[in-house]
Amino acid sequence: MNINLTLIGQMITFIVFIWFTMRYVWPPITKAMQERQKRISEGLSAAERGKRELELAKHKATEILREAKLNASHLIEQANKRAVQIIEEAKEQARKESQQIIDYAHTEIEQMTANTKDALRKEVADLVVTGAEKVIEKEINKQIHDKVIDELVAEL
Amino acid sequence: MSSEEYVQHHLGHLQLSLHTMTLTTNNPGFWVIDLDALGLAIVLGLAFLILFRLVAIRVVEGTPGKLQNFVEIIVEFVDRLVKETFHGKSNLIAPLALTIFIWVFLMNMMDLIPVDLLPGLFGLMGIDYFRSVPTADPNITFGLSIPVFCIIMFYSFKVKGVLGFGKEIFFKPFGPYLLPINFIFKVIEELVKPLSLALRLFGNLFAGELIFILIAIMPWWIQFIPGGIWSIFHLLVIVLQAFIFMMLTIVYLSMAHEEH
Repeated sequence: MNINLTLIGQMITFIVFIWFTMRYVWPPITKAMQERQKRISEGLSAAERGKRELELAKHKATEILREAKLNASHLIEQANKRAVQIIEEAKEQARKESQQIIDYAHTEIEQMTANTKDALRKEVADLVVTGAEKVIEKEINKQIHDKVIDELVAEL
Repeated sequence: MSSEEYVQHHLGHLQLSLHTMTLTTNNPGFWVIDLDALGLAIVLGLAFLILFRLVAIRVVEGTPGKLQNFVEIIVEFVDRLVKETFHGKSNLIAPLALTIFIWVFLMNMMDLIPVDLLPGLFGLMGIDYFRSVPTADPNITFGLSIPVFCIIMFYSFKVKGVLGFGKEIFFKPFGPYLLPINFIFKVIEELVKPLSLALRLFGNLFAGELIFILIAIMPWWIQFIPGGIWSIFHLLVIVLQAFIFMMLTIVYLSMAHEEH
């Protein structure tokens, strides 16, 4: 239980040990631990960031897909409309053209009828006149009766 | 050999007298070295330093191996304690706390070795006296607490300045009119720190060692019951005393850094 030189020896040993721990033991170990901690936290945050980016990309992809679908349906609708329109237009044109053809034919027919009528009328008149001339050649004065016959012809 | 002689024998240090350069025991002089206590302390301390240094050399940032993991658990435990208690930056306190904790723990651990093992082995080599628990020697515990006290004083002056610390010594807690009382209070307060650190550790381990020696006097067929119980209880004391020494050192040092 005596205090002796051991005390001094122990003090010196202790100080040397503290110095050694401070210089060669503590710093490398804590440094490695800190580095690891940093790396782990960096890794975790990177993973978190990646996850968020993935989420964002997914969101964007669905957005784009939705837009594309919308566009496509728009296009189809427009095309349908246009097709109907074209058909309508073609129908209308065809109708108009056929009407024109019909009208033209009608006028032609009318004209031809009129011409034929005229020609026939003239021929009948001529025939009547010739017949009448032959029947009543001598007794009837041509000048007097010409007028009557013309009126007759007009009535035909 | 009577019981009393057996106990006395076990409490005798293996000492080297520097006057006569011979091995003695129970030498009351100052120029004497307790070879057993100091030798074991140095051996155990070196074992700790070499193990930790080996880990420090081969330390990897990636997945640590088993040994590195074990060392890191201890380092982190000490580091967390220091950070919780001491709010400042110091390159000294945490390594100091680690050294104290491991070293004191190892020295205390010697108490769990059967009391007759080491003395018996040295007895075979012709050395009659050997005590196997360094921390049951007050020279060793004071050898730990006095450097801690010096570090406390160093930081008190360094952080607060001579004027600041002087003001603390003379004017607190009762103001300038009771200057001498303040001074006496402060001196007692500071001196009690190394004294209590050293005597607490010494007392616990000395008592522990003594009880193991007393158990060893009992008849051999009953020894295992009190021996087992005391070993289990003492295992707690060993860790606890190492922890207390470290924790109080951290607390005292953080007090030295703070203004009152």
